[in-house]
Amino acid sequence: MTTRLGTPPGQAASPAKDTAGAELLGAAVTYPARGRGTQPVAAVADVTFAARAHEIVALVGPSGCGKTTLLELVCGLQQPTGGSVTAAPAVLMPQRDLLLPWLDALDNAALALRIHGAPRAQARERAQPLFAAFGLEGFERARPYELSGGMRQRVAFLRTLLSGKPLLCLDEPFGALDAITRAEMRDWLADALAREPRTTLLVTHDVEEAAVLADRIVVLTPRPARVRAVLEVTLPRPRRVTDAALVAVRERALEALRA
Amino acid sequence: MIGALLILLALAGAWEAYARLGDVDDFILPAPTQISQALWDDRSLLWHNLLVTAQEVGLGILVALVLGAALAIAIHLSPTLRRSLYPLLVGSQAVPIVVVAPLLIVWFGFGIAPKLAIIALVCFFPVVVTTLDALAAVDPEQRKLLRTLDASRRQELRWVEVPAALPGALAGAKIAVAIAVIGAVFAEYAGSSEGLGNVILQAIPQLETARAYAAVALLAVLAIVLFALLALAERLLVPWARPHPERSRA
Repeated sequence: MTTRLGTPPGQAASPAKDTAGAELLGAAVTYPARGRGTQPVAAVADVTFAARAHEIVALVGPSGCGKTTLLELVCGLQQPTGGSVTAAPAVLMPQRDLLLPWLDALDNAALALRIHGAPRAQARERAQPLFAAFGLEGFERARPYELSGGMRQRVAFLRTLLSGKPLLCLDEPFGALDAITRAEMRDWLADALAREPRTTLLVTHDVEEAAVLADRIVVLTPRPARVRAVLEVTLPRPRRVTDAALVAVRERALEALRA
Repeated sequence: MIGALLILLALAGAWEAYARLGDVDDFILPAPTQISQALWDDRSLLWHNLLVTAQEVGLGILVALVLGAALAIAIHLSPTLRRSLYPLLVGSQAVPIVVVAPLLIVWFGFGIAPKLAIIALVCFFPVVVTTLDALAAVDPEQRKLLRTLDASRRQELRWVEVPAALPGALAGAKIAVAIAVIGAVFAEYAGSSEGLGNVILQAIPQLETARAYAAVALLAVLAIVLFALLALAERLLVPWARPHPERSRA
């Protein structure tokens, strides 16, 4: 039930040599100047952290600090301009669900299977048990616009899970939801990841969400992102937001953010 | 619908009064009652020619829809085509169809082919523009997401862009309906043996003005019916593009 302030940036955390992890070593992203009179923009300055297999690592930082850029590095959607990024095959779950409106919920969840060549019936058959397991039974044929925000995020998460990739990059997955649904979804995600363990990078600006879900919280500075602190969270699961130890973790994270 | 009928009745009433009481000859401005009479008297002639024109316009719009959507997707995919072909398409809309139509008839003959070419030429452009707008509205995040799901460029097209383009193409076809009808009349004027345009062309020198107006009324009805059919196609094919009531399920 202890938390400790992790290794500061530079002195690398334990490397993720396993095939399901991710490791950033001094990763930096600088966008070139856009024409005369403008300066190159540094989005990420010097970020070092690692996620081992089946670990949940939360990236917490002020808005616009380059968290999304970090996930895009891990997903291979961008290349670092400095340092190195080593990661297992990763899949992105963005803040907005981005479900395809022309597909029903089950087809949306099974999208990755279809892309990998599975016929429709087979893809739906494989996605079906997850629908039942994750509280979506009966909504297989619903169109995305017929679902509530929370349910759409569940479908989006199943789509992420069914990609078969060992590393999930969740970019403020509940950022667009109201507070009540958000808390509900946070617990749902904790439960889902307990049942289907995956290495997970979770970008959020909600320290409570980070404290409930993560094994490690990486606190980032304002743009350009640097690692300000790494908090190991060794609390047992399931965690409750009202637990004193969890409140303490939250306080430390907030303190690190304010520093 | 009721509103449209009321407006139509009011206009017809005013027209009737003007045509009867005003100092206008029948063969210049027949009254609505005379036009209705012509509609009834010439019903078999008009019906036969309506079917001919409807077929031309329907197929012409279909050609424009397929051609316009295909061009839009090609332009969307290739910056080179956007720079080179798009300006030419804009230019093609300045071609005075009245002048070119007779040439096309000489080229393609008296059959349906030149009519389709003319209708497609006047109709494909709105389809290209609205389809390109729909394609540009595709969320770039959506494509990033698909890439992390291992989608190839072709698969991005198949899963995201083509379905997104469909409502755009249909919206363009709705815009094009009215000019499609005018295009058909031009094409029939330029050379034909049947169709409502041909009826008008024959009726005016014969001073059968009421019959010509009856044909015009049928052209208007044709445009309305085609528009409604496209709206129906929209509802059936792209139900997601319709504004939907606020979700109630939590």
